[in-house]
Amino acid sequence: MAEKEQLTDHIVSVLVNNHPGVLSKVTSLITRRGFNIDGISAGNTKQSDMFRLTIVVKGDDRSIEQIQKQLYKIIDVVKVWIITPESKLDREIGLIKIKIPQSLRNEILQMINVFKASIIDAGPEGFIVEITGTSEKIDSFLSLFEHHQIVEVARSGIVAMNRWDKK
Amino acid sequence: MNGARIFVESLKKEGVDTLFCYTGGAVISIFDELHKHGEGIRLIQPRHEQGGTHAADGYARSTGKPGVVLVTSGPGATNTITGIATAYMDSTPLVVITGQVSTDKIGTDAFQESDVTGITLPITKANFLVKDVNDLAITIKRAFYLATTGRPGPVVIDIPGDVQKQDCKFNYPDDPGLTSYRPKESGHPKQIKTTAKMLSKATKPLILAGGGVNLSQANDELNKFLNKYKIPVATTLMGHGINPEDERLFCGFVGMHGTLYANYAIQNADLIIAIGVRFSDRITGDVSVFAKNAKLIHVDIDPAEIGKNIPVDLPIVGPAKSVLMELNGADIKGDYSAWVKEIDDYRKKNPLVYEKTGTLKPQYLVELASKIFPEDTIVATDVGQNQMWVGQYYRFRHPRTFLTSGGLGTMGFGLPAAIGAAVGNPDRQVLMFSGDGGFQMNMQELNTIRKYNLKVKMIIMDNSYLGMVRQWQELLFEKRYSGTDMGDNPDFIKLAEVFGIKAVRLGRPEDAERVINELAACETSMLVHAVIDPNENVLPMVPAGKPLDKVITKF
Repeated sequence: MAEKEQLTDHIVSVLVNNHPGVLSKVTSLITRRGFNIDGISAGNTKQSDMFRLTIVVKGDDRSIEQIQKQLYKIIDVVKVWIITPESKLDREIGLIKIKIPQSLRNEILQMINVFKASIIDAGPEGFIVEITGTSEKIDSFLSLFEHHQIVEVARSGIVAMNRWDKK
Repeated sequence: MNGARIFVESLKKEGVDTLFCYTGGAVISIFDELHKHGEGIRLIQPRHEQGGTHAADGYARSTGKPGVVLVTSGPGATNTITGIATAYMDSTPLVVITGQVSTDKIGTDAFQESDVTGITLPITKANFLVKDVNDLAITIKRAFYLATTGRPGPVVIDIPGDVQKQDCKFNYPDDPGLTSYRPKESGHPKQIKTTAKMLSKATKPLILAGGGVNLSQANDELNKFLNKYKIPVATTLMGHGINPEDERLFCGFVGMHGTLYANYAIQNADLIIAIGVRFSDRITGDVSVFAKNAKLIHVDIDPAEIGKNIPVDLPIVGPAKSVLMELNGADIKGDYSAWVKEIDDYRKKNPLVYEKTGTLKPQYLVELASKIFPEDTIVATDVGQNQMWVGQYYRFRHPRTFLTSGGLGTMGFGLPAAIGAAVGNPDRQVLMFSGDGGFQMNMQELNTIRKYNLKVKMIIMDNSYLGMVRQWQELLFEKRYSGTDMGDNPDFIKLAEVFGIKAVRLGRPEDAERVINELAACETSMLVHAVIDPNENVLPMVPAGKPLDKVITKF
């Protein structure tokens, strides 16, 4: 136990009561217990008085269980899921504003099609592209445009859940 | 009914009869309602909000009832922070109510505004900002329920001035309506059965009792368990108050300054049942070799404590009391008499000792007080050497008789905690031990003793050093006593007399017995200024992070 375990990404989903300050309670607890938050997203659920946070944290395997227990101590936390790598289903959405010269537009359109991304706005200088998929997919899409002028990137952060049990 | 009145009526519904409070601009309305309608609620006004919060903590620890604190916004609230953090670390039930600037001024950096719910977030079990008077009664209900159930802890309610003035119908709810909060009421029967099996197989079992035993009022059940199965018990500092019939079963407290035999028992046991402990670094030393020969069963009401610092073989989530009741009814066959004898032989060879050199030894003072004061005396300590000497040499036989800041290690805790204990237990002796350093951190509260005519017996162990740090400097920093010299202390006798408190100086060991007898017999508050040997160290000592069997017994 003395040797440091490998720090890896974990996805934690937290169902919380929609009370003021609950987001800061959750994030400050995770930070306080020595985890770095790499990404966070929040949204409504089927119950209007609750919302679901999806948090990507870096930490070792042993303490992720500790985080789950600590989160349950927050009175407004209703449920905590650890999203396991084997059964995780995760998606992220990215909006990318790219400057593109007229001469390259056809080539770029092809790339956008390959990624099943779509153009949601266009102007004389370039496009705004919307892409949905795993974070890795968005990463590789962005890397293709490294040589072009990316003006702005907005990513939603991951939403995730465990798959249906296959057994 | 306005918010301020609703607050007062809610306190009555909760059965609050003592309120530690300090007024200010943002709680004038509440104080006004207390003046008009506060019958049955005794107001104890300290001289500083920190003192008031520690007093409420001492009240709660000694009585088992929640301590209730009322202060104003801004500095009033921030002055309670050390007290709240102290209570949080030791799981004391406190409800702290802070005034706040009016809702329309929140966020404008108004006069005496501070973000109390933000500041107290990491040091409270829960906190609330009440922005609507209709939410006030249910919030107070929730605060008391949360503070006192499950693993207890401090809860803060922040009430803006305008909410105190708004009107609504008063209706105190029976149900706190907290669907996501359900602390366990008993341990899992299967786990209890497994515990009984493991105990039957063990030859060297040990109970490690922590503060959770006191908090759960489980001392009688634990004593019964020890007497029935004849299993040795060690405690953490917070676990003091265990009293088996066979004194050989009692090993004293474990950890950095624990007894040699308690640490020996930990390192040589083959099964440890830890009850209501959180395995702090001061208890475990080097975690990788802590209890290296033992299987570990961990009983705690808080699932997050299980496996937090030490891997556990069998977790039992539940209150100490109900788990022990179950275990007392379980079928356990085991004869541990050889193990009891092994520990006892080890104890006889390695007792707690100090050198008798003709100077006044603090350990001697504690031994005397432990003998002379009645068994149910409530003892409060400050933090540092004085705390460890009391932990080692005072024999606590009753629950909730030892008030000490174990987790946060708050200097300045001892005097106000003793005051709170005296408020809550007027018929019992209350004895404070403090160092010269810690005493001066809240000595303004001497006036609270005078104001309410409280009976607190005080012993200042004055070595004119911040002794525990000085001890580390002696051992680890080649005697460079940087920042620890207290040679410029005031005259403690005159100081006490200014507050109308009788005080005597004690410097020679041959006078000690007479003076401690006088202290115990005194009908009023009294202070003993004991000038102790300045070079005395707390021993044994396991340096931080070292294995429990790597003990220093001599410098």
